[in-house]
Amino acid sequence: MHAGGRRFDPVWLHCNRHVESAALGGARTPSLTASRVPRARVSSERMSSVGRFIRSLIWGPADRPRINPRCSFSLLSSEKALFSNQRISVIEVSHLTKRYGEKLAVNDMTFTVRPGVVTGFLGPNGAGKSTTMRLILGLDRPTSGAATISGRPYQEFSAPLQEVGALLEARSVHTGRSAYNHLLAMAQTHGIPRARVREVISMVGLDAVAQQRAGGFSLGMGQRLGIAAALLGDPEVIMLDEPTNGLDPEGIHWIRDLLRRMAAEGRTVFLSSHLMSEMSLTAEHLVIVGRGRVLRDMPLEDFVAEWSRNVVRVISPQASELRSAILAPDVRVTASSPSVLDVEGLSSQQVGEAAARIGAVLHELIPQKTSLEEAFMQLTQEESEYRADRVETPDAEFELERVAA
Amino acid sequence: MSATEITAGVPTEITAGVPAAPRASRDPAVRLTFPRIMRSEWIKLYSLRSTRWSLLVTLVLTIGLGGLAALARESHPRGVLDPLSTSLTGVQFAILSVGVLGVLLISGEYSTGMIRSTMSAVPKRLPVLWSKLGVYAAVELVILLPAVFAAFFVGQAILSGKHLNIALSTPGVPRAVVGAALFLTLGGLFAMALGAILRNAAGAISAYVAIMFVIPSLLGLLPSSISNAIAPYLPAKAGGAIMDITHKANTLSPWAGLAVLSAWTAALIAIAAVQLRRRDV
Repeated sequence: MHAGGRRFDPVWLHCNRHVESAALGGARTPSLTASRVPRARVSSERMSSVGRFIRSLIWGPADRPRINPRCSFSLLSSEKALFSNQRISVIEVSHLTKRYGEKLAVNDMTFTVRPGVVTGFLGPNGAGKSTTMRLILGLDRPTSGAATISGRPYQEFSAPLQEVGALLEARSVHTGRSAYNHLLAMAQTHGIPRARVREVISMVGLDAVAQQRAGGFSLGMGQRLGIAAALLGDPEVIMLDEPTNGLDPEGIHWIRDLLRRMAAEGRTVFLSSHLMSEMSLTAEHLVIVGRGRVLRDMPLEDFVAEWSRNVVRVISPQASELRSAILAPDVRVTASSPSVLDVEGLSSQQVGEAAARIGAVLHELIPQKTSLEEAFMQLTQEESEYRADRVETPDAEFELERVAA
Repeated sequence: MSATEITAGVPTEITAGVPAAPRASRDPAVRLTFPRIMRSEWIKLYSLRSTRWSLLVTLVLTIGLGGLAALARESHPRGVLDPLSTSLTGVQFAILSVGVLGVLLISGEYSTGMIRSTMSAVPKRLPVLWSKLGVYAAVELVILLPAVFAAFFVGQAILSGKHLNIALSTPGVPRAVVGAALFLTLGGLFAMALGAILRNAAGAISAYVAIMFVIPSLLGLLPSSISNAIAPYLPAKAGGAIMDITHKANTLSPWAGLAVLSAWTAALIAIAAVQLRRRDV
């Protein structure tokens, strides 16, 4: 492929981020030689040896990449049309491991967060979600493995806030500083204009309190401030750790819409939660983790299909007759009480017709599906570190649903 | 497991299949530069109320205590203390307040979690340390240089009423007065490096007080042959030599003393830098 064609090839743009300004600017077509030499290196070659020495004193020695920085990402055929002439960024986590003393917080995780969809990072408390996000941002150093964005470690970008916008667990704000000054201090490092600071404050609805100390903020306001900081650089990748924590319903709705809109723009959206119900409303793809390991990495739809056991609950005074009428090799029937049958392997229509054939009276005929929350709990149960001994509690949600049905 | 109903809703708004809307090209001017990181640290410094209070306390201590000491000189016979060190009495106390501010400017980031925001904006980390040290040193010098001269002139004005004053033109006096500001600034940087290493206000302030005040007085318990050999090289004693206009026993010469304090500070900063690169945030 000649260089001109590459201008519109998203994978090429993704893997050659360092020349993207030339590639996307359109002013000049990147020649093959120009595209091979990162901009930063060009400028440092022009520098005197004294200049290079001072530069390495200020910025520190370059991190040695832990994996081959060559970009291993490729677009799926279904994605090719979506991202024509579009920048894309991808988080690639490969064999990432992080050990804190004896504790293995992240254990050989490998997954990719793709552009254009909201990817949910789901797992119980202590599963390693927050640690993984800190590793992606370079805040913690991995014990082994690597996390890269567009094939490069986060530390190597010349404008990291434009690359990844992150909201981390807990607060990451000095309590004595106003919201405006907090965002301004972050923006200044990159030369992001003050107008953008005011813009993100408006976006998250903090205008009225922007000049107040962040220490006095409620949990929800603190969360909004963290989201504002994540949006500051208009980043390619947005990564939020439990973003709905402490948000009011309106705020939750707003963040959901925002994230879906950002994904629709072709950005990479990665958010963590320990609540399946939350994820099922926002995410299209799931990475489910437990005890530092990836348990599932699949589209939400596939997860639903995998875990929905179709069970029909029948309540009938002639339960035992009905049971013998429907029993077949691939039908499983369990009776939780003399008049209640749970039938697996038949649709409610088939059960109803079978009942009609033998003239059995039906009081209730309810198709049931395993809730996602339950599937998630089952999946992570053995893995969950803080698993409480199973306590039988009345399932309030179930009762309500039954009344509604 | 008792089977329950409802499958949580799969999002109905399907984004797949619709080509992503092209976004505006990025502004290449938006990127990290060292001067910008310095500016960011300057914003962080002035936007905290605790900084302003702490600087005010340093000013009051430096000027006020010098004045008070000059007033108190009346009853003393001449020769016990030289007039210069009387007017610079406050420096011995201000060294504590500059140290506390130095520690708080960096440990406050760790205790509040701000450090995660800081280091995700500047993931190379080191420029943040240099900027913090640079901005803090500049601010302290700008505040302290006028403060030590004010302390000198206020003190001498009070002493002149008692005919005990010394002129600024006396040999060594300008060096001692400017040196007082340098000594305080270096003390602040020393504390800031301790804060960066220990990451904890209580620990770093305790360590600072121990190094600056406690260890020098504990040395007196050792045999004098040992303590006399060590004492001149302790940070506070070495740095304080810059304010001497008469040579004292067991004390380094003024500039050698300041150089020793600078070396201590540089060593701590080097440790802080290595740790910052290696440790998790």
